[in-house]
Amino acid sequence: MFSLLRKERMWRSHDLRRRYDVVIVGAGVHGLSTAYHLGQLHGVRSVALLDRGYLGGGNSGRNTAILRSNYRTPEGIPFYDASVKLYEQMSEELGWNVMFSQCGHLTLAHSDAGIVGLRVRAENNQLMGVDSRLIDLGEIRRLVPGMDLSDRARYPILAALYHPPGGVIRHDAVVWGYARACDRMGIEIHTDTEVTGIRRNGRKIESVVTNRGEIATETVLNCTAGWATTISDMVSVPLPIVSYPLQACVTQPLKPFLHHVIVSATLHVYVNQTDKGELVIGAEIDPYQSYNMRATLPTLEQMATYTLELFPQLHAIRVLRQWGGICDMTPDFAPIIGCAEEVDRFYMNVGWGTYGFKAAPAAGKFTAEMIATGSTPGIIAPFTPARFRAGKLLGEKAAAAVSH
Amino acid sequence: MSFQLRCPQCGPRSVYEFRFGGEVRQRPLPDAAQEEWYRYVHTKKNQAGEQMEWWFHRSGCRQWLQAVRNTISNEVKRTWFPDEDNE
Repeated sequence: MFSLLRKERMWRSHDLRRRYDVVIVGAGVHGLSTAYHLGQLHGVRSVALLDRGYLGGGNSGRNTAILRSNYRTPEGIPFYDASVKLYEQMSEELGWNVMFSQCGHLTLAHSDAGIVGLRVRAENNQLMGVDSRLIDLGEIRRLVPGMDLSDRARYPILAALYHPPGGVIRHDAVVWGYARACDRMGIEIHTDTEVTGIRRNGRKIESVVTNRGEIATETVLNCTAGWATTISDMVSVPLPIVSYPLQACVTQPLKPFLHHVIVSATLHVYVNQTDKGELVIGAEIDPYQSYNMRATLPTLEQMATYTLELFPQLHAIRVLRQWGGICDMTPDFAPIIGCAEEVDRFYMNVGWGTYGFKAAPAAGKFTAEMIATGSTPGIIAPFTPARFRAGKLLGEKAAAAVSH
Repeated sequence: MSFQLRCPQCGPRSVYEFRFGGEVRQRPLPDAAQEEWYRYVHTKKNQAGEQMEWWFHRSGCRQWLQAVRNTISNEVKRTWFPDEDNE
């Protein structure tokens, strides 16, 4: 709290230099994390982060700030687990409080098939060392007494996957913490700087053209969300991405009654209560492709309806804000991390769908290693852009906010 | 932003009556090269702007139609049944 009152410049503005070793398009949490790890672990500090908006104005500030690692696939689980562990150390590492609250995370099952799905996840999680287990109604009632666990509900709750290390974090603090650390290392953050083109000569990148001038560089990392295809089109690299809006809302603050993150894939809703007492409610992605971030009434009605299925006592509370962000969905609900097959040193850390925020520390760390060393670390190797041509899709069926 | 689509059969209806069917694409011939099939199956234009796309009037006449929509503003320019002249 008091650190917010102290006057400290978090990052500074700069004139664009004529060349950088690495240009990162998109200064959201993924771009910042990659830049931070490039500087911190690999000594690469001639890095420019370009963002056409303000810092944290994209999906880094639009997500519901939920962190977890109870995924389903052997590729996804260790990756998201590495990310949660980096988040656990982040406040200490950056010297900046990111307010990570590991309050615990419950995924609800409303059918026998749902229980089977959660059982598979629990077994896979435990095999890979992630704290995650199936719990029955009695234990759910002890953890979340405020939820409707009766059999009168339209979709009665039968069981839950309990993931104690999961929780919520202050997403703006993560962005600011990384930005501050990058700035202290001499990495430059350029907001209001829109990339309008990328010049290449054969397989080599020559420069990045922006609304503030041209920058010579051989290495470009696409770290955008929502606009990944637009940037990729500039170097004629096609992507298997379709962009959909995802909406969320925040209610008026209430006395603390909900101490866990509650997710229901059947009801397409996830709910948690912030430290301020507001309920943060997230929906499923909108049912059509769009780049439009305006909130819609049908989605608000859906979020309200499903939240009331779980918590009927909330029927009279007010919604304070509703917003949307654009999710780059891949066909297998896994990200695309790697170097383009068609262009040298055009790296990508995109396609983060509905699960990008929780992955940022690990994605940035291993993407930085890939850029600095030129070889791909094993943990992100399954996310290669070449997997689609090879037919090796991943099938991460535990991604939230989407119907599988 | 939510919007309406004009079904050529039923008139203007809420987008929630329809199922989105993705961008209109040209299916390769059966003997096309594998690369062509890869591009057809996986890579998407994901147009930021006007695109031609498929919609299915799920809660209405249950027919597939095509539309030109701006994916930034969600403004629908035209709708038609694919077997009609689209002008």
